[in-house]
Order: sequence, then C-alpha cells, then structure tokens
Amino acid sequence: MIPNALPGSLADNPRLDQWIGFPEAGRVAVRTGKVELGQGILTALTQIAAEELEIAPERIALASGDTRQTPNEGFTAGSLSIQVGGAALRLVCAEVRALMLEAAAARLGGAARDLEVRDGRIVAGGQDTGLDYWALAPDLDLTRAASGTAALKAGADLRRIGTSAPRIDLPEKLGGAPFIHDIAVAGMLHARVLHRPRTGARLAEIDAEATLKAGRGTVHLHRNGDVVAVLGEDEARVQTAFETLRARARFEGGVRLETPEADALTLLELESAPAEIQERGARPAEQSISRLSSTYSKPFIAHGSIGPSCALAVFDQGRLTVWTHSQGVFPLRAALARALGLDVNDVQVLHHQGAGCYGHNGADDAACDAAILALAHPGRAVRVLWTREDELGVSPFGAPMVVRLEAGLDAGGRPLDWTIEIWSPTHVSRPGARGGVNLLSAEALDTPSLPPPPGDLPDAAGGGATRNAFVLYDLPHQRRVHHFIPHAPARTSSMRGLGAFANVFALESFMDELAEAAGMDPVTYRLSLMSDPRARAVIEEAAGMCDWHNPPPEGRARGFAFSRYKNSAAYLAMAVEVSVDEEVSVTRAWCAVDGGLVINPDGAVNQIEGGVIQAVSWTLKEQVMFADGAVSSNTWETYPILRFAQVPQIETRLIGDPSHPPLGMGEVSQGPTAAAIANGVAAALGARLRHLPLTRARIMQALLEA
Amino acid sequence: MAREITLTVNGATSAVAVDEDAPLLHVLRNQLDLRASRYGCGQEQCGACMVLLDGRPIYACSHLAVDAAGRKVETAESLMDHPLRAAFLAEQAGQCGYCLSGILLSAKALLERTRAPSRAEIVAALDPHLCRCGAHERIIRAVARAAADLRERAE
Repeated sequence: MIPNALPGSLADNPRLDQWIGFPEAGRVAVRTGKVELGQGILTALTQIAAEELEIAPERIALASGDTRQTPNEGFTAGSLSIQVGGAALRLVCAEVRALMLEAAAARLGGAARDLEVRDGRIVAGGQDTGLDYWALAPDLDLTRAASGTAALKAGADLRRIGTSAPRIDLPEKLGGAPFIHDIAVAGMLHARVLHRPRTGARLAEIDAEATLKAGRGTVHLHRNGDVVAVLGEDEARVQTAFETLRARARFEGGVRLETPEADALTLLELESAPAEIQERGARPAEQSISRLSSTYSKPFIAHGSIGPSCALAVFDQGRLTVWTHSQGVFPLRAALARALGLDVNDVQVLHHQGAGCYGHNGADDAACDAAILALAHPGRAVRVLWTREDELGVSPFGAPMVVRLEAGLDAGGRPLDWTIEIWSPTHVSRPGARGGVNLLSAEALDTPSLPPPPGDLPDAAGGGATRNAFVLYDLPHQRRVHHFIPHAPARTSSMRGLGAFANVFALESFMDELAEAAGMDPVTYRLSLMSDPRARAVIEEAAGMCDWHNPPPEGRARGFAFSRYKNSAAYLAMAVEVSVDEEVSVTRAWCAVDGGLVINPDGAVNQIEGGVIQAVSWTLKEQVMFADGAVSSNTWETYPILRFAQVPQIETRLIGDPSHPPLGMGEVSQGPTAAAIANGVAAALGARLRHLPLTRARIMQALLEA
Repeated sequence: MAREITLTVNGATSAVAVDEDAPLLHVLRNQLDLRASRYGCGQEQCGACMVLLDGRPIYACSHLAVDAAGRKVETAESLMDHPLRAAFLAEQAGQCGYCLSGILLSAKALLERTRAPSRAEIVAALDPHLCRCGAHERIIRAVARAAADLRERAE
C-alpha cells in the first residue's frame, strides 16, 4: 500500500522531527496539527502512532495544535483528520520504526529484517538486544524528509488499530477541569465583550457610570472602536457589570435583520453572482416522457455548543500568547497577527479543548477578543467568556440554502437529464479565507480589518454549497447550477457537512419522489441506479437491518437515504422509523457504514450516531430567527434543540473492508438523516415536506395541500 | 457588599467572602477551585452547571451562593469513586463532555431516590440537560448501568 502522493499533511510538514521526537527515556513525543473537538481524534491518533511505532500508548506524549511545536495541518475539519492527518502520522511512525531497525542492525552487525520492536525495545529472534529507541535515537537524523514509502504494518498484524480503545480525554471530563474555560492564572482578568448585534452597526452610546457602579468599583471598561469590554478580577462582578453595559448600550445602523429574512426562500430574491454551471456526461438523445421538479430549503442554523466560546491571552514583552479552542491554530495566528499589527513570529497560538465543536463557531472570534484585550493590558492574562446570547446570536451560522431539482424521465422512470440548482451564501468565512482576517471584533476596531471579497469554498477543497451536489447514482447526465449569494443578511460559515446537508436532504428526498413516480420501492429504485459495489452494500445492509421489505409497526413509517460524504469519504445508508401526529418523532434509526479500515470502531459509531441525533435536531427543530434588527433566537428557549426524550434508538453497523484505507466519518450522517426523516414523514402523511425544519405548522400546511 | 459565609461542599467546610448576588457557580469555580461545574448559559436552560443542594439538583449558574450557606453542596468532584463515573467510562458516554458534570449530579439524585429507574425515569431526570454532540443514548445506558452496579453492591 505505497501511496503515489504523500498525504497533504505530510507534504506540508515533511520533516520526521515535525511529528516525532524521543526527548527522554521511555517517552515518545508525537505531534499533530489536528485538535480534539470532542470527536475523539487524539485517541485515534495515539492508536495509530502506538501501532506503527510498536510502543505502549502510555509512552506517547501527544502535543496537538501548538504553533510553536506541532505540524501545521490547517484546520481540523472536513472529516480529514484520520483520512489525511492519520495517514501522514502512520507513514511517519512506520518510517521511524524502520529507521530505528536499520540503526540497530548497523550497531549489531546484522540485517534489519531479522529485528523487531517490542514496546520500543529491539528484539532479535525473541531475545532482547539491549537496544531501544532511546539508545538509538542519537543515530537517527529525524530532520530528514519523510519518504512516504515506509511499509505499514500488514492488516493481520494490527493490534491497536481497529480496536475500541477508550477515549484518553474522557476521565478528566468526568469530575476534572480539562476545558479552556477551566484555566486559571493568578491575577487573571475576567472579561465580557459587547459585540455588535449585526454587521456594520456602530456603538452609539454606553452608560459607563452605571456599568462601573454595577461592578462595585472593581471593574473597568476597555473600548476600541465599536468593541467594548468589561474587565475585572471578580468574575461575578464582571458579569453583573456586563449585564448593565449590555442593557444600556445603543447601537445604530448596520445590516438590520428582519423576520422574513429568516426564511431561506428569501435567498431567491437576493442578488446572486453569475451562475456557475458544471455538467457531467451528456443528455441522451432519447426524449424524456415526463419531467419532475421540486424545490427544497434549509434555514440558517446555529452551532449551539453547550459551552460558550472562551479564550485566554497574554501580551508580554511584545509577544502574544493565545489559548483557544479554534479548529486551526496556524490560520488563527496569521489572522491575529495581521489584525493586531504584530509580527507572526511574535504570536503563539495553542489549542486547548472547548465544548463540542461542529464547525466554524465563535472560538476564533473569542480568541481575537482576548488578544485585543491582552494588548491593552500588557503582562496580565485576560480570559474572555462569551455569553449564551452571543454564542447563539453572533457566532457564524450554518448557511441557508435553496435547492431545486429537475429530471427528465424515460418510460421506466429513470432519469435521462438531471439538474440541481443551488442558491446559497458562503460556507467558509474562517480566519484567512480568501485572504481575509475574518475575525468578528477585528472588523469593529478603530483600525478595522476589512472583510475579504465574497466567495465560497472551491470544489478542489471539497466545495461549500456545491458539496455532494453531484450524485453517485448511474445517471447519464448531471448538470449543476450554483447561484452564489454574495451578501446574506447574517454571517455564515462552515458547519458540519457544509452544503452536503441541504444537498443530500434535497437529492435523497427527490430520489424518493422519483421512485414514487416510477411506482417503485425507494430502496429498489436506488439499487436500480447504483453500480458502485460499496454503495450497494451499505444500501442492502441498512435495508436488511430495518426489515425494509416488511411493513413497519402500526402507526409508524420508515424513510430511507444514502450518501457518500463529499463523494470521497465514508459511504452511509440509513433508515429511520418515524411517527407523525402533530409533530414528527423519530423513534429508531439504522445505519450501515463503509469507512474502510476503522481505527476505533466505538469512536466511529459515537460520531455516526451523534451525527444522526444532531441532524434529527436540525431537521425537526432548528431555525435561526430574526426580529427587530437582530437575531432573536439567542437563548435555548428561543433556539430549542433535541432533548433526551426525543432521541431515537440507533443501531449502527460498520461493514467496510479493513483492507481499504480509512475514510472520514465525522460528517457522514448529517444529510442522510434529514432525507430519511423527510421520506418517512412523506410515507406517513402521504404529503411531502420540502422545507426544513419539519415543524408542526409545516405538517399542517402539507396536509391541507395534500 | 461581600459577606462571609460558610459553604460545605463535598463534605469540606470553608469560609468564603461572597457578594449577596454572586452565583454559586462562580464561587465554586473561582474561590473554591472546584471547576468541574460548567458555565453553559446562565439562564437555567442547559443544565451544565447543575449541582446538588441538600441532595436536590439546582442550577448553580443562577442560585445565589449566600442561599447555599450552611447547606450541603455536592459537585462532580465528589463522584471520582462513584459507580456513576465508572459507568460513564465503561459506556464511553460522552463526546465533548461539557454537559457531563451536570448530568452526573442529576443522575446521582435520581439513583438516591430510585433503586431501579426505568428508561422513562432516567430520561425524565435528565430532561433539564442539553447535550449537543448526541451522546444521549450512551448517557442513558451509563445511568442504567450505574443503577445496576449499585443494586449489585447492595445485595
């Protein structure tokens, strides 16, 4: 299994010592640019390193996301951490093991092939040679570039990869203080930052006197442009003072957010860039005998992390140090340096775990807030904690989308021509995107950073709105029309699945509509259009798991969906069981997934099933609302998410062939879940809901129109 | 202004000076260095800050520290050797883990009043809590496992 090209992470960080070091006897330093977001990546990477180095995982000191010492692997995003980051680490570790065996052979005067490693010790013919990694390390030049051609351990020899090693971070999360929120430094200033309620608004008035009084004389204000913060050593007083500041501050102007704009269909009325059109295949000469078209939509949705964004920063002797739960410490470092006029070499950004991260949330913006305040308070540690209202109200949102599908069909109901038309604002406003700083408060300073030109993530990077717009089905022709909306009313960026969520929801809903038009069972119809054996296998497995071809229990209906995330990550087919009265309940779900070699099966299942549950919430309940110029859905009361009583029971089977390379699984279940639910609801009601979320009002409307 | 009170947290009694309007959560985290209780919303809507006061779950983000004076406070730090923590590890019940401290305490309150809780009783006890990662089923399984472990120990 020698790769033709190095994994991107290794091409970008080729030196072995960027990844591995032997700083002290018995310990191995392993460095990764990927960071823990709650997905369990550090556990899986530890398994990979321990496997290929042939050492006990306890020997590994894993450093993650530190601009001073780890490789730059960009963002921890796109379900690429195992597929690319893990592949790079595995090659590096295999190469270091091979180099160690060569060095041992040179010392012992034998052949490397006659030696093996057992927990870092070199063994020959079952006998310990007295040599180990730490004795041999001085013989190795780890500054050399990885060849990328080291032989990986054979599948039959894997002992750690493929096992459900327990999460290394979980014990500390049960009764400990592992989060960035928990860092405490002597003399630390607590800060709360007042953010503009909408893009471009100006801070017209604050009541400094009342704010300071509310803080009982122990807080102070810092203002720079339209950014104002309360700081002090007593967090409770800072919070009290901030509430006064917020209640009495007045903003003027900016892009007002009005109620109707929360409806994704208003995207159709906004200015759009010239349509970008791509075609695959060609329209057959055969005339279609019928046509079908449908339009679907998905609103703005919020990340809704349970812990509000938090950051810590210190500016001391011209050097800025920032602790953040960002997905990308290197891009954030570059953006902070630019925004604040610092040399990038004078800025260090370190990852520290936050609450669950599902994309570009407020983490980077909070880091910028802390950096701004640290610069104004040299020598003091400043801790910024966002409010719940800002977490739900001024963080970037998942982008709203409208998706229109049209197909011309032959006599058997098979598509001849096929068009997907997409309207969407951007799915990427991360730090550094399109050359922009892209940090919330940086745009509101006296010397502001200007937003970059509008644009979306290109197809070469996985696509934003166009992600998963082409389908894997055997269609003679597919046409994709992308209407990019350059100016949405609210800021949008990457959220789990990006455009794939709305596209797969639309495409797999449409597949059911086509099956119905053809008078065919939805699973049978999908299989009739699918020749990819791995796709067929997951579809057949999921159908079997839920006993698809027999009717569901009384009062329940089933829906089905399939997708391969990005058409390049893992394959997933799933069914859900729903009941519909005034509201939709998802009672059960069955997932069949082919992710090739799975590093940690329990971790993979946790990601897949967590994704299903989160997508049930998006599908049934979630929509950002606007009123009176601002986001009005900025509490859990006004932005409700799925609760314990509403969670389906889920069964997941991983059916991939472990001889295939690992495929990303972190976002694989988002889109199919929405489509499977919509298909189940259509089966239950005899009427189809095409606009998310699938609320009571929409059910009533669909029934009236049916 | 600040007032001296006596707080008994996880069996240890300390004197702390707190403002009349200081939330218990900030006092636990910043003055007593008990940081397992998390700030989530400050509005009694997510449950991340849940602690036990005289055995009953309360939202520490809004409950005043002065009202906890002289009463028994329990936080997740007290559960290091509790079957609940072992059960959450056994079930790998969590993803990011931010919601777990509060959930552990609501679960402890449940198990102290219900020896063999049904699934519906577990779900009802956890209703004040939000989990965004989707670890709900694992969490429900972990609470059921801890209940079974406790019953086994009692026999």
